[in-house]
Amino acid sequence: MSGRVWKFGDGINTDVLAPGIYIKEPIEILASHCLESIDPNFARSVQLGDIVVGGQNFGMGSSREQAAEVLKVLGVAAVVAQSFGGIFYRNAFNLGLPAIVCADAAKISENDVLDIDYAAGVIQSRATGETLSADAVPSHLMSIVSSGGLVPYLEKALSRKSTAGAAAREA
Amino acid sequence: MNQTLGQTTAEKIIAKAAGFDSVSVGDIVTCQVDLAMIHDSGGPRKVGPILERLGVSVWDPMKVVLVSDHFSPCVDAESASILKLTREWAAEQGVVNFYDQQGICHVVTPERGHLRPGMFAVGGDSHSPTGGAFGCYMFGVGATDMAGVLATGETWIRVPDTIRIDWTGTLPKGVSAKDMCLQMCATLGMDGGRYQAIQYTGETISGLEMFERMTLSNMAAELGAQTGIVQPDETTANFIKAAGSDPGNWQRFLSDEDAIYAETHHFDATGLEPQVAAPHSPANSTRVGDVRGTKIDQFYIGACTGAKLNDLQMAAQVLKGKKVAAGKRLTVAPASARVLSDATKLGVMEILLDSGAQLLPTGCGACAGYGIGQLAEGEICLASTARNFQGRMGEKTSEVYLASPYTVAASAVSGSIADPRDVMENVS
Ligand code: SF4
Repeated sequence: MSGRVWKFGDGINTDVLAPGIYIKEPIEILASHCLESIDPNFARSVQLGDIVVGGQNFGMGSSREQAAEVLKVLGVAAVVAQSFGGIFYRNAFNLGLPAIVCADAAKISENDVLDIDYAAGVIQSRATGETLSADAVPSHLMSIVSSGGLVPYLEKALSRKSTAGAAAREA
Repeated sequence: MNQTLGQTTAEKIIAKAAGFDSVSVGDIVTCQVDLAMIHDSGGPRKVGPILERLGVSVWDPMKVVLVSDHFSPCVDAESASILKLTREWAAEQGVVNFYDQQGICHVVTPERGHLRPGMFAVGGDSHSPTGGAFGCYMFGVGATDMAGVLATGETWIRVPDTIRIDWTGTLPKGVSAKDMCLQMCATLGMDGGRYQAIQYTGETISGLEMFERMTLSNMAAELGAQTGIVQPDETTANFIKAAGSDPGNWQRFLSDEDAIYAETHHFDATGLEPQVAAPHSPANSTRVGDVRGTKIDQFYIGACTGAKLNDLQMAAQVLKGKKVAAGKRLTVAPASARVLSDATKLGVMEILLDSGAQLLPTGCGACAGYGIGQLAEGEICLASTARNFQGRMGEKTSEVYLASPYTVAASAVSGSIADPRDVMENVS
């Protein structure tokens, strides 16, 4: 996939991604406040397919899944960062939002367009032509993300199980 | 996955949950979940619709603990309907371990005897590492992950490195586990834990009572670790027995002598000074002397981190016979109904209220900006909570400093950040 870059720094936390005071609001409203304390323009201007790039420990903090969900709602296609808060990392994949660990994320600049190969762990910058190496996404997470998230993934898995169960009962 | 190398507590628990004799760091394994803890915010209102969509109910209602704490007590019609939905879901799913407005999940779950050494447990909240204080492998997950657990009874995990954090020496007077946490945040940073397992060891840790150990495990979250385990011992076993449960054969989950640690960090409690974390990160921690005199509007003793019985006792020790500074407010939200009742019996609440503190209902309250006690624009709070990210406790221009209950109480008396040791010289 490919997309245009929004660049953020280190330690982007769940309270700035999904502020607690709007947490009861519908997800679209919560999303309109995403990252506003850092870049008030972001939620208004981000386009479908854009890529958010962060530094260290992106998504650190609470377990609130809305931190990943708001990015998804705003149309963000992937998040690339030097490292991720562990819960955010799981949440992102569970919601079908790929989170890519790239040690060289600091080299990526705002407005660049990136081409990303998740399974191979390769990020290519259209601005510089440079190729950055990233961690390949583990295969079980690839299968979750390619199903569109954990829920559709489980839907398939559980229906396979119940079909298998039904077949076993019939046999 | 057969090997004879020594295993850490984390590895032993994961191996048991995954059905292996042993596991190796980096293995991705599927584990059977012994306990799933959820709350009103990330729980029923989020997982309910997913289970419905999957067409399944909770895999084993007896292995679920549900606690209403984030929106409890309700402050408006929206939070009231969230609590209502939570109750209805509990009844519908047959979740009997449901604690409605009884306190904060991380405190209620162990005090009701649900945690035992060796359990592989997940919580729908980032401070779930608190369970590590009881020798559990307990970690936080988001709502979709939790729905997966509730649907199937299992989840995946990458076997983490174990990072050993060793503490020697005895804590000086007026210094507590909270100060240890802030010191670790300053030294190791908020990603020092690398989403691996922390194991706290050493004589300082063995000497701590359970509530203080819980503070350490709780703030493993601020160190970016997946969990923060304290080796179970007699202190653990006694707490669990007092909670009406059976600690079982906890010895089998102790780390082996030849277990392998990816890193070991040493800290000394002997010279530790009270710590304060400046806005907007627990890693901005420094000695109280460096921020002494900082003006504060609201003082808050609250949260799973800082309003357990020991925390209220620390505050009372400082506040006995003293008054909150004129024009300032000290609010206290006990971490659970049981904590409030114990603190009342022990005379702790009387001391706090006599000092001019305002008692808030038990629950998450202002900690995450969901409940009562939020901050107005530009206001500054000194809190015994775990986290001080920008805008967390209210308006986005408000600021939060973090400290121990000793320091919050001493500062409430002076009206600005103060060193509790100055006040405590005079008390015995
Ligand atoms: S008290 Fe604060 S840190 Fe603890 S569970 Fe509630 S919101 Fe989270």
